[in-house]
Amino acid sequence: MPQDHTAQVTATEALESEELVPPAEPHAAHETKDVETQADLSAEIKAIGARYAEALKNGKAPETMPRLDYAPYRSSILRHPTKSLHHADPETIELYSPAFGHQDVHALESDLTIQHNGEPQGERIIVSGRVLDGDGRPVAGQLVEIWQANASGRYIHKRDQHPAPLDPNFTGVGRCITGSDGSYSFTTIKPGAYPWKNHLNAWRPAHIHFSMFGSEFTQRIVTQMYFPGDQLFPLDPIYQSIVDQDARDRLVAQYDHELTSPEWALGYKWDIILTGSKRTWTENEAYGDAGDEE
Amino acid sequence: MSKLAPTPGQTVGPFYGYALPFNKDNELLAPGSPGSIRLQGTVYDGAGNTIPDAILEIWQPDSNGNIVQRAGSLVRDGYTFTGWGRAAVGNSGMYTFTTVNPGPVKPGAAAFISVAVFARGLMNRLFTRVYLPENEEALANDPLLSSLDSERRKTLIARRDPDGGLTWDIRLQGGDETVFLDFQQDGSLDLVTDQS
Ligand SMILES: [Fe+2]
Repeated sequence: MPQDHTAQVTATEALESEELVPPAEPHAAHETKDVETQADLSAEIKAIGARYAEALKNGKAPETMPRLDYAPYRSSILRHPTKSLHHADPETIELYSPAFGHQDVHALESDLTIQHNGEPQGERIIVSGRVLDGDGRPVAGQLVEIWQANASGRYIHKRDQHPAPLDPNFTGVGRCITGSDGSYSFTTIKPGAYPWKNHLNAWRPAHIHFSMFGSEFTQRIVTQMYFPGDQLFPLDPIYQSIVDQDARDRLVAQYDHELTSPEWALGYKWDIILTGSKRTWTENEAYGDAGDEE
Repeated sequence: MSKLAPTPGQTVGPFYGYALPFNKDNELLAPGSPGSIRLQGTVYDGAGNTIPDAILEIWQPDSNGNIVQRAGSLVRDGYTFTGWGRAAVGNSGMYTFTTVNPGPVKPGAAAFISVAVFARGLMNRLFTRVYLPENEEALANDPLLSSLDSERRKTLIARRDPDGGLTWDIRLQGGDETVFLDFQQDGSLDLVTDQS
């Protein structure tokens, strides 16, 4: 079976663990006397957005990354640096990335629907795209990792206390190595939205967590891919921590009928652009080939 | 200057624990093998509490200062040093790697390990460095360290343990907050606060 090739835990292992763990979001609303509602949070989100819009009007450059200091996500309050990030020119090791190859990842790990004996519940989807650097060069031979909730919005993770059903046929973890054109592709199940206790009635829009490496360690990124038209976007402090609308839009996949597989799965396309390369590239230097030793 | 706008990062969230860790992820070489050392420390938040849901990655040259470009980090064969590892902190906020002392990549350069920090509640990954404490002349000449005042500089230098290992804590916030790095040059990225 395919799961023999991976280090993934099974649903049973994750649930049977005796380890005591804190709840996923300990800053739950019940810790404060006044329960924080979505209306409270939405007002904060709106106020930050309005200040940003004003700054844009006054000529400020658009932001491209999430705010590290974004109080509407309550758990960020004590977990963001208060000093400005220190500018540094990347040096030596930082200008290279670890090499990964096909010996690291089994080809079947990119299909999250075949890791168990039966078919998982939910809407089967294909998510494909390319990993590119800021100059549009494909990032070849690099590792892409994903994890996600199942169709009912439940993670196998033991900290997930959402009382939605687990799916014995779905783990929700995948990996692949990008092709020579920077392409990746996963077959999976459309994840469900889930509640997360940041405030009363807080729900995350459906998303897939993505982890990618570039050709330089400074391009390392972990992010989340969303689905078009989600009604939860304006309500979600994590999505809204990217205050610029154009930047937020870059996390939303597009439905792509060309990718849709007849009688099988709906297709979504999502390209990832890494931050700019800092290394001086020679003309014949190929990207990422070192990782592919087979 | 890059031409395309980058995809924004997002928090790693609370549920990476069944996805990102893998067997021997924090063992760049086998514990106890010749030349192996332990790199360990604790991750703290702005209230001085340990963070139990952070995950770290290190990326470093080998002991001779060579930048390794070999596959095999995810399925370790026990012999190949790939230079990269990953460690989820435990419930006590502690992390451990088994690795080697990195060599200087250029003669006379200060030896350091590149580090990426991810955590629930941390909106985007942070980059930093951990330097070996010994070569004081190299540390004094290091471009990054010499651009920092002495208090901040200390946050990037590991302590040598009696057993030959390294101890280095990470503080995401506070007076003795670790120096985190911005490698972008246009200044529009990685804004920390609501300055508008
Ligand atoms: Fe999630």
